[in-house]
Amino acid sequence: MRGIPISALIGLAFTAAYFLAAIFAPLIAPYGLSEIVGDVWEPSSSRHLLGTDSIGRDLLTRMIYGGRTTIFIATMATLLSFVTGSVLGFLAAVLGGWMDQVMSRLIDLLMSIPTLIFALVVLSVMPVTIPVLIAVMGLLDSTRVYRLARAVAVDINVMDFVEAARLRGEGRGWVIFREILPNALSPLVAEMGLRFIFAVLFVSTLSFLGLGVQPPAADWGGIVKENKDGIVYGIPAALVPAFAIATLAISVNLVADWVLNRTTSLKGGRGG
Amino acid sequence: MADPLLKVTDLKIEATAYPPGEPPQDITIVEGVSFALEKGRVLGLIGESGAGKSTIGLSAMAYGRGGVRITGGQVQVNGRDILKLGTSGLRRLRGAEVTYVAQSAAAAFNPARKIMEQVTEATLAHGRASKREAETRAVALFDKLGLPDPETFGNRYPHQVSGGQLQRAMTALALCPEPELVIFDEPTTALDVTTQIDVLAAIKDAIRDTGVAALYITHDLAVVAQVSDDIMVLQNGHRVEYGATDQIINAPREDYTRALVSVRSIVHEEKQPGDDPVLQASHVTARYKGTKFDVLHDINVALDAGQTLAVVGESGSGKSTLARVITGLLPPSKGQITFAGRRLSSDLAGRSREDLRELQMIYQMADVAMNPRQTVGTIIGRPLEFYFGHRGAEKQRRVIELLDKIEMGAGYIDRYPAELSGGQKQRVCIARALAAEPRLIICDEVTSALDPLVADGILKLLLNLQKAENVAYLFITHDLATVRAIADSIAVMYQGRVVRYGTKSQVLAPPYDDYTDLLLSSVPEMKLGWLEEVIAHRKMESAGH
Repeated sequence: MRGIPISALIGLAFTAAYFLAAIFAPLIAPYGLSEIVGDVWEPSSSRHLLGTDSIGRDLLTRMIYGGRTTIFIATMATLLSFVTGSVLGFLAAVLGGWMDQVMSRLIDLLMSIPTLIFALVVLSVMPVTIPVLIAVMGLLDSTRVYRLARAVAVDINVMDFVEAARLRGEGRGWVIFREILPNALSPLVAEMGLRFIFAVLFVSTLSFLGLGVQPPAADWGGIVKENKDGIVYGIPAALVPAFAIATLAISVNLVADWVLNRTTSLKGGRGG
Repeated sequence: MADPLLKVTDLKIEATAYPPGEPPQDITIVEGVSFALEKGRVLGLIGESGAGKSTIGLSAMAYGRGGVRITGGQVQVNGRDILKLGTSGLRRLRGAEVTYVAQSAAAAFNPARKIMEQVTEATLAHGRASKREAETRAVALFDKLGLPDPETFGNRYPHQVSGGQLQRAMTALALCPEPELVIFDEPTTALDVTTQIDVLAAIKDAIRDTGVAALYITHDLAVVAQVSDDIMVLQNGHRVEYGATDQIINAPREDYTRALVSVRSIVHEEKQPGDDPVLQASHVTARYKGTKFDVLHDINVALDAGQTLAVVGESGSGKSTLARVITGLLPPSKGQITFAGRRLSSDLAGRSREDLRELQMIYQMADVAMNPRQTVGTIIGRPLEFYFGHRGAEKQRRVIELLDKIEMGAGYIDRYPAELSGGQKQRVCIARALAAEPRLIICDEVTSALDPLVADGILKLLLNLQKAENVAYLFITHDLATVRAIADSIAVMYQGRVVRYGTKSQVLAPPYDDYTDLLLSSVPEMKLGWLEEVIAHRKMESAGH
């Protein structure tokens, strides 16, 4: 583990803590998810470390289970967006010509509609289940990944080593996955950190608007929604998920930065 | 005796390296270098890349590029130690008393501003002349440097003039403040041979007429011999030999200098053409998509098995386009390519795997011709796997065999391209081409990015491989010395046409056509007074003039 900068260590520690809490939620959480264990908006005490929520459920328990849902949805949506976005982006770059034009203009069309409004429209006519949520978020986000992947791949595609592979007679699969992908990885990984955080914010926004994760299941956006009225009375319950989102965002990005530095300097990379 | 203009004593220059995964470490770039330069004299600094010649040159302005630090010794300009000057003292020195001419004028000029503004900028910033005076001076310099329409030349933007003209404008820029010392950092390296000679002559005249002292940095001993009074040979940041130009060229004392002087002395027996050409291009005419202008006009050349055809010409002559047509990357609009007795499909998609295997290519920039994320083993192993289905131990054995052929050995199999030197990278590219067991390898300027001694090694390797494997080379180059060393037949290209074609002895024997004469006479020769002789005798002026 030598040579990891301190910022990356902090990021790794926090990210790991959030993910572990999400994975082992049933073991860690002190109470049941929808168990009512106290009064409305109790302040923090030794029994309820973060106090209780708008109907007397333990807030820490809600946060842990909520993190599980939020992180799971965000992760899956990010993975989906990266797989579709980068494969399509690379393909467009390698094919070039009118195929590239058709694909890119279609993506432009999708991007011209504000994501949130698009998602709200789709989710209001579809049953809101977790797989649907992941698919909608992942596909909408893949347009951004497509743009980046295509831009990076167009650059790599004209390099001599790709031409050498073509002259050898290699197929598109080899060119995309063996020649272009390894060289496009570092900008994509950096973007992935950023996209993951956008996905967390996006799913939280949807839940806050009532079209995301449905009660009684918890997620961070939903917890803000349930407790937002408390802010008027000086109850900080709604700020706890906000704080969680912020720290997760920062720590994931610290890790992504470090990965970016490492992969670009690894064995020289492309011109450093 | 008065102080010399520039006196460098026991110079030591260091930098910090950041090897991946290891703590940063200080490395010494230059150590124990001393020299003196009198007014009006020219000192040539010569060495391979990494010898520290540019670093030493910049130290005369007390400047260290990209984290380089001058840590020891003295640099005196007119008796003052400039290393002890503060920021404002250095500001007064740089661009006024000492000026700099960079290698790539195209990158050094601001494309958004007119040439005149940039040429007079330093002069005005240092208050060394009024605007009108500076402009008069610039016009006089443009005239002296042989630039067209000196009165109006300054009104153009950098992209409106040729590379050779821009390099001369840069020289005017350096001379305009009437400095005492000019540093020329490889000013002609990026130019074609025929353009280089004009720029060289212009620089030489300008130095003589203005009486300025100069440091002339280059890797080409033949070039530096034309302009400098003294030469210092450098290797790995150390001084190898320092003496008058005459002595260095005619009576070198050190082995390394002797190697530099005698470089390109490969003797190659010319093979006679047979009647079984492996490659034949007939009436090939080609243009790039979306343009209305033929880049190649009616090209007819043939190449016999196991022989070398050199395609020579300056940049823009269409020689690389010819390679693209042969490889199938650019389908010709007319004509056809016959390869090993069969007619090749004009585009890549129509060619069989056998066609592709037998026709390999080696690129100019070995750096970008290899995937930086693949190891040497993967790079060389892939053609073996792809064409012959070799896997596992069999593939490993063949890769090691190929590494031995290129004189590198099995130890390199797990290295990445970034961990190799320039010459080694090019060798790996050769091995990748050989792995396919081709009949023909197209070599596109394969030695022009390499230092002379390294390039020599690559050429010798290619010749040995040709004997052993009976592979034919289509050798694209602008360097006639390389052509002399390896070609069996030669095609001289000019503006998309083959202007002269035949066996080496035919092409290189008089009477010459005007272009071939210009090309041949422009190759710098390792002898004093060559430049004056050529300028006085040639028939045709180069395109850059």
